[in-house]
Amino acid sequence: MKTNKLFLIISREFLIRVKKRSFIIMTILTPLLFAALIVMPSLIMTLSSGNKGQQILVVDRSELCQPFFENTEEYTYSFDKNADIESIKKDFPDDLYAMFNVSVSTISTKQMNIDTKKQIERNVQKAMEKSKLERYNIDNLDNILKDIRTDVSVKTFTLSDSGEEKEGMVELYMGIAYILSFMIYMFIFMFGSMVMRGVIEEKTTRIVEVIVSSVKPFELMLGKILGVGSVALLQFLIWIVLTGGIIFGAQAIMGADKLAESNELVQQMAAGQSATDAIMPLTAESTPIDNIMASLANVPIARILTAFILYFLLGYLLYAALFSAVGSAVDNEADTQQLILPVTLPLIIGLFIMIHTFQYPDSSLSFWGSMIPFTSPMVMMARVPFGVPAWELALSLALLIGTFIFMTFVSAKIYRVGILMYGKKANWKDLIKWLKY
Amino acid sequence: MDIITCQNVVKKFNDFTALDNVSISVPKGKIFGLLGPNGAGKTTLIRIMNQITLPDSGEVLFNGVKLQRDDISYIGYLPEERGLYKKMKVGDQALYLARLKGLSKEEATRELKHWFIKFGIQAWWNKKVEELSKGMAQKVQFICTILHKPSLLILDEPFSGFDPVNVQLVRNEILQMKDAGTSVILSTHNMESVEELCDNIALINKAKLIITGELDQIRRDHGKNEVEVIYRSSAPYAFAGSDLISLVNQEETKRGYRAILEVKKDACSSEILRSLVSEVDILSYRELIPRMNDIFIKLVS
Repeated sequence: MKTNKLFLIISREFLIRVKKRSFIIMTILTPLLFAALIVMPSLIMTLSSGNKGQQILVVDRSELCQPFFENTEEYTYSFDKNADIESIKKDFPDDLYAMFNVSVSTISTKQMNIDTKKQIERNVQKAMEKSKLERYNIDNLDNILKDIRTDVSVKTFTLSDSGEEKEGMVELYMGIAYILSFMIYMFIFMFGSMVMRGVIEEKTTRIVEVIVSSVKPFELMLGKILGVGSVALLQFLIWIVLTGGIIFGAQAIMGADKLAESNELVQQMAAGQSATDAIMPLTAESTPIDNIMASLANVPIARILTAFILYFLLGYLLYAALFSAVGSAVDNEADTQQLILPVTLPLIIGLFIMIHTFQYPDSSLSFWGSMIPFTSPMVMMARVPFGVPAWELALSLALLIGTFIFMTFVSAKIYRVGILMYGKKANWKDLIKWLKY
Repeated sequence: MDIITCQNVVKKFNDFTALDNVSISVPKGKIFGLLGPNGAGKTTLIRIMNQITLPDSGEVLFNGVKLQRDDISYIGYLPEERGLYKKMKVGDQALYLARLKGLSKEEATRELKHWFIKFGIQAWWNKKVEELSKGMAQKVQFICTILHKPSLLILDEPFSGFDPVNVQLVRNEILQMKDAGTSVILSTHNMESVEELCDNIALINKAKLIITGELDQIRRDHGKNEVEVIYRSSAPYAFAGSDLISLVNQEETKRGYRAILEVKKDACSSEILRSLVSEVDILSYRELIPRMNDIFIKLVS
C-alpha cells in the first residue's frame, strides 16, 4: 500500500515533466549542441575545402622552392619564374586562385584561407632552410638530417598498487574529468531547482494539504525527489545515446580520417591557449583519434561511469532534499533568494575547487574537496579519471551517503512544517525552529 | 458510538500553544460543527485528526481504537486552503487524488464518471485545471473528497467560493451522505449553516474547548427561558394570572400585541398556553431560542 502510493507520486512527477514540450526539446537539442561542438571543426573543414583543383601560380625567381610544392587534391601549383606580377595583378585570371611571389607575399582576389597560407609558409620555410644548410657544404647532409630528425611524444604511465604500469593520457583524463564533473554540477543545479519549483507549485496552488491528508509529507517529498531524479537519469541516458549516435554518424559520413585530421588542426590552433581555458575539453577531444582510442582502452570506463552515476545520484539526492526544504518555506519563487544562498554557496564553492582539481587532482584542496559531502560529487568526479585510491573513494562515498540520509531527515522535518505555513516570510532561524515542532 | 474521539489533546509550537487539553467526541452518523474564531486552533485539531500533525500529548481514537495510519482511507478531508495542480487535466488529477486514497484505477474511474455526471461536469474531464473558474474547481475538489466513500468527512469551510445554487447542491449532498451513515465534521464561520445542518457542536477559543454538546441543548441552555406571545386584544394584558410566567416586555404591533415572557424553568408549554387561551386571543406562541451567532459572540468575547 505504502510503496504503491510512493510509486504513484513518483510516476506523476516523472510523467508530468517528461510529457512537457520543453523537456522534449531540451532532450533532443542538447545532444545536437554537444555533437556540434565536437563535429563542427571537421564540418567546417569539409565545407571550406570544398573547392578542388584550385590554381596557384608560384613566381619563384630563385627556383629554390619549386621542389617543395607538390600538387594536392585542392591545389595545383604552376611555376613561372619570369611572370610579370604587375600585369597579372592588373588582369587577374578567373581560373587562378592565387599567385604567389616568393619574395613572400601572396596576391589573390579573395582572402586566402589559413590552411593554404600555412601550407605555403611551410613549403617556403623548408626550401629556405634547405638552401641555407647547403651553403655550409656539409657532406652527407641528407643522412645527417635524417639521423637528427626525432619525434617526441611523452607517454604518461601510472603505477597501480600492484606495481602494474598503465599508459595514460593526461589530456584525455582532463577532458573526461571536465565533462563529467561539470555535468554533475549542472545536473544538481538544474534538477535541484526543478524539485524546489515543484514544491513551491504545490504550496501556491494549495494542493499540498489535500495530498498530505492521503500520504505522509515525507512520502510526498521523497516521491518528488525520486520522480525528478528519474527524469534526470532518462535525460542523461538519451543525451549519451544521441550524442554518441550523432558523432559516429558524422564520422561515418565524413570518414574517420577527416575527423582526426580536423581535430589535429583544432589542436594546433588551441595549443596556444591555457590549459584551464574553456577550450580544454576540445583540446582533449582533439588529440588524434587513434591515440585517443588507444588510451581509451586503458581508461577504466566502468569505474568512471559507476562513479559518475553514484556521485550524480547521491549529490542530487543530498541537494534536492535541501532545495525542497527551501521550497517548502516560501510562498512563491521570488522569496527563495535569501534562503537559497546557503544551499547554492557550497555548490559554487565545489565548482571552483573542481576547476582547480583538473590541474592538481592530488592537492590537499582537491582531497578535502572530494571528502566534504557538499562538494565531493563534483570534486571527486574531477579526480576519478586520474585514478583515486579505493579507500578515498569509499570514505568519500560513505560520508556522502551518511550526510544525504541525515540531511534528508532534517529537510523532511522542515518540509513537513513549511508546506502548511502560509503568509509568513520565513528565515533560516524559523526553519531551525521548525525542526523542533 | 463515536466515530472519532480526541482525548486531552495538547499541541504546542515552541512557545505558542495551539491546543490546550482539548477533548471532543464526534458521534457516528451525525454532523458535528467545529466552531471557533480565526486562530483558535480548529485547523490544528483537524490536522491532528488527519494525521498531518501529531499531538504533543493526548490520544485520538477512531471507532474506539487508537488512530492508525491506514485509517486515512476512511477519512475524507476538504481543507480550507485547497487547490489543484494547475497544469494537470481535471480527470487525471481526480484519478491521481483518488488513487492516493487507495482506490484502484478502475474503481476510481468508475466512481469519477458517476460523480461527474451527477454534478453535470463530464465535459471538464480533459480540461486543464487552470481553465476552470474557482467555483468549478471547488466542485472537482468536493468530488475528490467524497469519492472514496469515507466514513468520516471533514469539511473546512466547504461552502466558500460557491454560488447559492451550488451551495444548495453541496448541502444536499452532505445531508444525503449523512442519511447514508457518514459522519461529518463541519468547520465553518457561517452560523446559519451550523444551525441548519449540525446535530452537535464544539466551540474552541484560544486553544481551549469552551463548550461541546448537542446543538439544540446548547442553544436552549443559553436562552433566557423566554417565549414570545402575539395576541389580539383591545388593550394590553398584564399576564399576572399565572406564577409560571412573568412579563418582560410588551409592545403594540400591526398584527397585535407582542409580549416577551419569562418562563419558569421546567414549565410545560401546554400548561402556560392553557392558562393564556382563556384570557386572550393568541396568534402565535414561540419559544425564544438564541441564534448560534449570538451564542458564538457571547462565548468568544
